[in-house]
Amino acid sequence: MKRVLVLGGGVGGTLTANLLARRLRRRIDRGQVDVTLVDEAGAHVYQPGFMYIAMGGEREEKLSRRERSLLDSRINLVIDKAVRIDEGAGTVTLAGGAIVPYDFLVLATGARILPEVIEHFEAEAHHFYTAAAARKLRRALDAFKGGKVVVGIASMPYKCPPAPLEVAFLIESELRDRGLREKSEVHFCSPIGRAFTIESVSEMATPILEDKGIELHTFFNVEAIDPERKVVESLEGEELPYDLLVLVPPHKGQQFLIDSGFAPAPGGWLPTDRNTLLVGGRPNVWALGDATDLPLSKAGSTAHFEAPVVVEGIVAGLEGRVPAGKHAAYEGRVMCFFEVGDGKGTLLRFDYDHPPQPPKPNVFWHLGKIVFNKTYFHTVPKGRV
Amino acid sequence: MTAETETRPTITRTIDARGSFCPGPLMELIRAIREGAVGDVIAVRSSDSGSKIDIPKWIEKAGHRLIAVDNRDGFDEIIVEKAR
Repeated sequence: MKRVLVLGGGVGGTLTANLLARRLRRRIDRGQVDVTLVDEAGAHVYQPGFMYIAMGGEREEKLSRRERSLLDSRINLVIDKAVRIDEGAGTVTLAGGAIVPYDFLVLATGARILPEVIEHFEAEAHHFYTAAAARKLRRALDAFKGGKVVVGIASMPYKCPPAPLEVAFLIESELRDRGLREKSEVHFCSPIGRAFTIESVSEMATPILEDKGIELHTFFNVEAIDPERKVVESLEGEELPYDLLVLVPPHKGQQFLIDSGFAPAPGGWLPTDRNTLLVGGRPNVWALGDATDLPLSKAGSTAHFEAPVVVEGIVAGLEGRVPAGKHAAYEGRVMCFFEVGDGKGTLLRFDYDHPPQPPKPNVFWHLGKIVFNKTYFHTVPKGRV
Repeated sequence: MTAETETRPTITRTIDARGSFCPGPLMELIRAIREGAVGDVIAVRSSDSGSKIDIPKWIEKAGHRLIAVDNRDGFDEIIVEKAR
């Protein structure tokens, strides 16, 4: 029997496992192949919804499903935490002590957020990368009576690259709706020399920032927060006073990948082939989603488009052939909705060779994002789209 | 493009960011600047054509010293001294 082990029950891991079960169902039923997925929480969380807890009346309970309910019945689910990969033995050790063997390994282990890396972050700054943090931000917005709002990015890379710009746009929009805009300033801080990493998106977003009177601060890499003066300081020597501070927290890959020699410190991002998605030249280990070091959006859609390539790689490996067909190689495909406030949105679609050409923001793409959010659990994890 | 002083200080750390795309090389440099000491001379190797524009702009804003931007075989080497 050949064993496929998937670590992680997010978009990438769940979809990969379900697509594998679909393609290999006869071999699984005959006992020739085993597909096992390990997930620490046993729950699948729709993380893009967190922003809408803060900005759109979303409820936390709507954003989570039991992982078992999303998985094909042929897949074994183990609720535990991977703590070590032993490459020589071809095993993964779990926190509960179990040792799980693999012939093929899929690392869909996501990213960690580390607000604590920046002193005073947790007391002074808000974010929207967990449900609890998003609720806290919502309470702070409800209590906000005008003043200086600073939205920024503590370090790169981070999940959902458009999110901080979206939050700046949505906060500005809300302040206008609540009659607080005249009493407020909104600042957006970017670590690089423009508003967004991708030039064409930056060219789309910068005039919107100007129209909304949101002040753009480029090359602002957050260095420290001074809670007494209520000032956020940049490595570049700039200081911005705040009344409401919203920062994307620092992100890293999983520590056990560093400890197991699969990912370099300190970032912990897996060195991943941009086309095959194989990790570090290993013939039987793939990575997808937020865990990779690929120069792409850390977003669910990236994992969504990578999963069929990982599946084809595994099936080809089982059959002793090279990957073939339309999923033989990943071409860098990503698709993200992008809110600009005032009930409008746009769409970013791109790949390695074709930068996004976002359409003019309109109501249609905003509604598209809302519909996608509401239907996500019925479509993406089960491989229906 | 080459912009260099008459005598170049010794490079204390080289970051090979070839194959990484914008803003990867800049982020690698920022990490090295954070970890380094005043007077350290850091060379960043980048195959992303945007780096030779973005990194000097960042160096100027951050108050460090651009020593050189050298075209090498298939990549650029940007040399910077941590000044503060």
